[in-house]
Amino acid sequence: MAANPMSQFNVYRIGPEIKLGEFDISFTNASLFMIISTFAILLIFNIGSKKNTILPNKFQLLGELSYTFVAKMINDTAGSKAKPYFSFIFSLFMFVLFCNMFGMIPYTFTVTSHIIVTFVLAAFIFIGVTVIGFIKHGLGYLKLFVPSGVPAVLLPLIVIIEIISYLSRPISLSVRLFANMMAGHTMMKVFGGFVISLGIVGGWLPLSFSVALTGLEILVAFLQAYVFAILTCIYLNDALNLHH
Amino acid sequence: MIRKIYFQSIFFSFLFFKEVFAAESGGMPQLNPEFWISQIFWLILTFGTLYLALSKLVLPKISDNLESRKSKILENIEAADKQREDCEVKYRAYEEFVSKSKLKAKAIFNQSREKAIKDINNKRDILDKQIDEEISKVEEEIKILRKNAPDKISKIAVETSSELIHKFLGAEVNNSSISAIVDDLSKKNGNKYYGY
Repeated sequence: MAANPMSQFNVYRIGPEIKLGEFDISFTNASLFMIISTFAILLIFNIGSKKNTILPNKFQLLGELSYTFVAKMINDTAGSKAKPYFSFIFSLFMFVLFCNMFGMIPYTFTVTSHIIVTFVLAAFIFIGVTVIGFIKHGLGYLKLFVPSGVPAVLLPLIVIIEIISYLSRPISLSVRLFANMMAGHTMMKVFGGFVISLGIVGGWLPLSFSVALTGLEILVAFLQAYVFAILTCIYLNDALNLHH
Repeated sequence: MIRKIYFQSIFFSFLFFKEVFAAESGGMPQLNPEFWISQIFWLILTFGTLYLALSKLVLPKISDNLESRKSKILENIEAADKQREDCEVKYRAYEEFVSKSKLKAKAIFNQSREKAIKDINNKRDILDKQIDEEISKVEEEIKILRKNAPDKISKIAVETSSELIHKFLGAEVNNSSISAIVDDLSKKNGNKYYGY
């Protein structure tokens, strides 16, 4: 059981079964780590924003650096019109980052390694961006699918490709995060298993790989959160500043 | 390279644990829909809470902090600039004052030197004049003395010669004839006696 590299992704109930109507909304290990991530984010940023000193302390510096980092990212990709959505993108980035990072601790559960979680986030972003686009530009938002400067002969094909690529956004966004997380954690587990099976003689090679992979996975955990947030900004940019 | 190993190892892992997977229902636990609703529910709950708390409580505070720090730093820089300008103005005034007083001191020094030189010159002039006056007075006296000296000498010579003649020869001689002789002699030997 423990040797199975996929068993780390098992979701199991903690405590009793909770039913809402006919839906099972039991408290699981996934819920636990969502709550832990949320709590950690709120704790750190609450400490970081409590005092206002000219020379910031460590938590304040952390909060302010994250704030300026996300603000700069949004401003660079989506422009100043995206300012009302700052809080959402900041929460999204922090949530994904903390879920990824908590998954790096041994014996923890990685919330973002489940397709349903990433898909719900991506679908929410997709629907939200589409709604914003139609509110801002009306039916003119459909011009997004008609790039300018394309020969009339190619236009039907291009429009179909554009529509398909637009509709596949939530899938690519969610699968990217989910697959990266799952693959990394699976591989670490596999190398861990090799360490045990090869024993003291040959176990050193997979062990060193495992150490290197841990570094890589921490990088991936940050990078995927960043990619998730920046792609959201790019989609938002399409909806806010329509120019194609 | 790393990617290749990455995916190969995943592939091999599937081979390795084929039997274990067979025992599991559906292989990947992610595709088991048993807890999907639960995960969606808890995701919405936690992420909603996080979003609300961050957007209403935390982020405005951080933004305020950043703004206030920025404005405070700007204010301080402005104040520092102003003080620097003040300093420069004061320093310029000080320099001006120093250079002015230097000029004044120079002027006073020059004035007093000129005055001293003038005084010295005046005094020297006065003294020179006095000395000249005295010298000319003395010269005058010497001139008078010189002028009178031949007459007196000739008179003395005449009287002395008449006395001598009277005593030795016992004869009365006319003073006027003696004086004529003396005059004649003095004229002849004047250069020898008086230097002129």
